[in-house]
Amino acid sequence: MAEKASEKGANRPALSLHVPEPKSRPGEAVDFADFPVSVAGAQPRPDETCEAIATSDLCYDLVRVLGDDDAAHGPWDPKLSSDTLRQMLRHMAMVRAFDERMFRGQRQGKTSFYMKCTGEEATSVAASMALASDDMIFPSYRQQGILIARGYPLTEMINQIYSNKADKLKGRQLPIMYSSREHSFFSISGNLATQTPQAVGWAMASAIKGDSRIAATWVGEGSTAEGDFHSACTFAAVYNAPVILNVVNNQWAISSFSGFAGAERTTFAARALGYGIAGLRVDGNDALACYAAQQWAANRARANAGPTLIEFFTYRAEGHSTSDDPSGYRSAQEREEWPLGDPVMRLKKHMIGLGEWDEERQEAMDADCATLVKLATKDAEKNGILGHGLHHPFRTMFEDVFEELPWHLQEQAEQARREREIKWPDAPPYDADEFGDAS
Amino acid sequence: MSASEPKGERRLNMIEAINEALAIKLEQDPDVIIMGEDVGYFGGVFRATAGLQEKFGKTRVFDTPISECGIIGAAVGMGAYGLRPVPEIQFADYIYPGLDQLISEAARLRYRSAREYIAPMTVRSPFGGGIFGGQTHSQSPEALFTHVAGLKTVIPATPYDAKGLLIAAIEDNDPVIFFEPKRIYNAPFTGYYDKPVEPWKKHRDSIVPEGHYKIPLGKARQVQSGEALTVLAYGTMVHVAEAVCQAKGVDADILDLRTLMPLDIDAIEASVEKTGRCLIVHEATRTSGFGAELSALVMERCFYHLEAPIERVTGFDTPYPHSLEWAYFPGPVRIGEAIDKILSE
Ligand SMILES: Cc1ncc(C[n+]2csc(CCOP(=O)(O)OP(=O)(O)O)c2C)c(N)n1
Repeated sequence: MAEKASEKGANRPALSLHVPEPKSRPGEAVDFADFPVSVAGAQPRPDETCEAIATSDLCYDLVRVLGDDDAAHGPWDPKLSSDTLRQMLRHMAMVRAFDERMFRGQRQGKTSFYMKCTGEEATSVAASMALASDDMIFPSYRQQGILIARGYPLTEMINQIYSNKADKLKGRQLPIMYSSREHSFFSISGNLATQTPQAVGWAMASAIKGDSRIAATWVGEGSTAEGDFHSACTFAAVYNAPVILNVVNNQWAISSFSGFAGAERTTFAARALGYGIAGLRVDGNDALACYAAQQWAANRARANAGPTLIEFFTYRAEGHSTSDDPSGYRSAQEREEWPLGDPVMRLKKHMIGLGEWDEERQEAMDADCATLVKLATKDAEKNGILGHGLHHPFRTMFEDVFEELPWHLQEQAEQARREREIKWPDAPPYDADEFGDAS
Repeated sequence: MSASEPKGERRLNMIEAINEALAIKLEQDPDVIIMGEDVGYFGGVFRATAGLQEKFGKTRVFDTPISECGIIGAAVGMGAYGLRPVPEIQFADYIYPGLDQLISEAARLRYRSAREYIAPMTVRSPFGGGIFGGQTHSQSPEALFTHVAGLKTVIPATPYDAKGLLIAAIEDNDPVIFFEPKRIYNAPFTGYYDKPVEPWKKHRDSIVPEGHYKIPLGKARQVQSGEALTVLAYGTMVHVAEAVCQAKGVDADILDLRTLMPLDIDAIEASVEKTGRCLIVHEATRTSGFGAELSALVMERCFYHLEAPIERVTGFDTPYPHSLEWAYFPGPVRIGEAIDKILSE
């Protein structure tokens, strides 16, 4: 039998277990006084083909471009055209408008689930804009910004969210678990971090074939604890894969603060160093810094100079999902006083400072985004909302499990058809492609 | 049976019963610890560990990194030290990264060390569908675990059983997979999804005595006695099968298996010998599901008593779909058809 826990080693000092604790909990005051905010523009920008070790300092610093004066500073300024800046701002505003409406839709019972990315828009929109449109994305569930930046139609997104009869994924996936091969956007998994070694594998394949496309993956900081992430880093380093590993450190993984993924000890960017990968720690609420870092990493990958791990330091401004209420575990003040501000507001002010934008245009743009989202919602609702009968036909449930339908699934499909006729005798014909049944 | 000797007439739902079992073991046994994603300060995404960290402290009940491999592996190490860890895996669908630690390590530790080490952990995890969770919040992977030599698999169907079985599992020296049917955490579910659900407090098995009691692992529960056919079920499907038999006026002998490994073979044999007919119901996919094992056992042991072929009612052999959840779910129609078929022979 195993030793009893009470038989302790004698004559040596007693050990004690450390369990991380966030700085504040609900109702408590938040103190960001010793929050390390670096000076915008002060971080050096090494050559993209540098040795990984040359990025060491950047793994502990915070790459920032937009300063407190809302101007762009230093060598990381991507010097984007005003058209590109406007595009970026609009995509981010669109993501926000979309999130607002979909969240409400879930509350109104139009679907089962939704996840916002409020406060993190720059980490997907701005970063992905620095990639080529055919570079392959392996996202987590919080990168709706990439789809929007790549021009994926809003109505398609909402059809998926409603699991309706026009949902391209046939109502099979939980809302927001999109997939769009046409947009080089990989099928989203509910199982955390699985996409990270897959991105490395895709990048290796691209290198094997002498292709020119690179791969980029996004993963939450909490999920970096999964073994998959560490396998991804090892494979990326071993094969010098043309891949970008983006870690979105939004401070919270449901109710667990980043300390439970190791943030009390080091940065997520610094993980790169142990693997021999280049690392960058970036202000994730600074759209220009997000763009610049992704561009640096993409150039590095394209030059066969290897992978990069980027930590986007940001804040999950809303709950984890529609199933979550963050007031149960974190101080509401955190959001209000987050020292890195709001990514949309910061970019807006920067553009106003440049004389390229003003409050009137901002208001008009916000209204326009809200209208477009509303129109897309109405459009999608014509195809049905969850649980109101307009879904894909029952037989589609059995398709695609295998390339061809084996005998046992044929029998089960027949069973489903029979059950349907018993449950809804008046429903339209089983094989009608237009409609599902009246359930 | 369960309601016959209550010490107090308290009615709890399944979550409260589980929470109470955990609190009792934390109180009684300083070697019991609880860990898992979001189980500490927050008390778990389903609230099963609510209040426990506050009461027992951060080194007895704590959050973990999001690594199921790490959670189970650490539990093996803690067990080797002499603790009795009760890790939570947030959803059964997320247990797979921990499978190597469960299958190759925890399950075989006693055997390979010839009793030098054991892995006395109880891995709690919500499982099953019926909540529109899509393919990664709905799975019933119990057969993966019953297939592994050295793991026990327990699935409660009522608050009374959840408490007694969980205490027994924690006190057990073998690694136990404790799957909690999340659809019936807050109310029993009869499969008639378009009808209003009755809360647990109206159910006879929500009377949960205070204090410590155990339900032995390996003992089935007789849900109702009957002569027409035997129904073997567990978890949510116990309630669905019971409701269907009631609706059809079938005099069924219903067994809630409660533990799949070890299995109460005596109760199964006695029932099938009595009725001569057997229906097996589970929500998990059909092929190589636990129903296949049950069917084989009944065939091998009760063949000469059988008056009709055994029927299995299960989920379909597809991933759990989101929008077609109720077409997938082995509900009243599927069960009703199978009963008719068995009784018509
Ligand atoms: C393998 C696995 N384990 C657990 C979960 C449950 N889960 C879903 S999201 C989440 C938190 C993830 O946090 P993080 O990686 O920081 O990403 P964020 O949600 O903050 O974007 C957890 C624990 C899961 N989906 N998959």
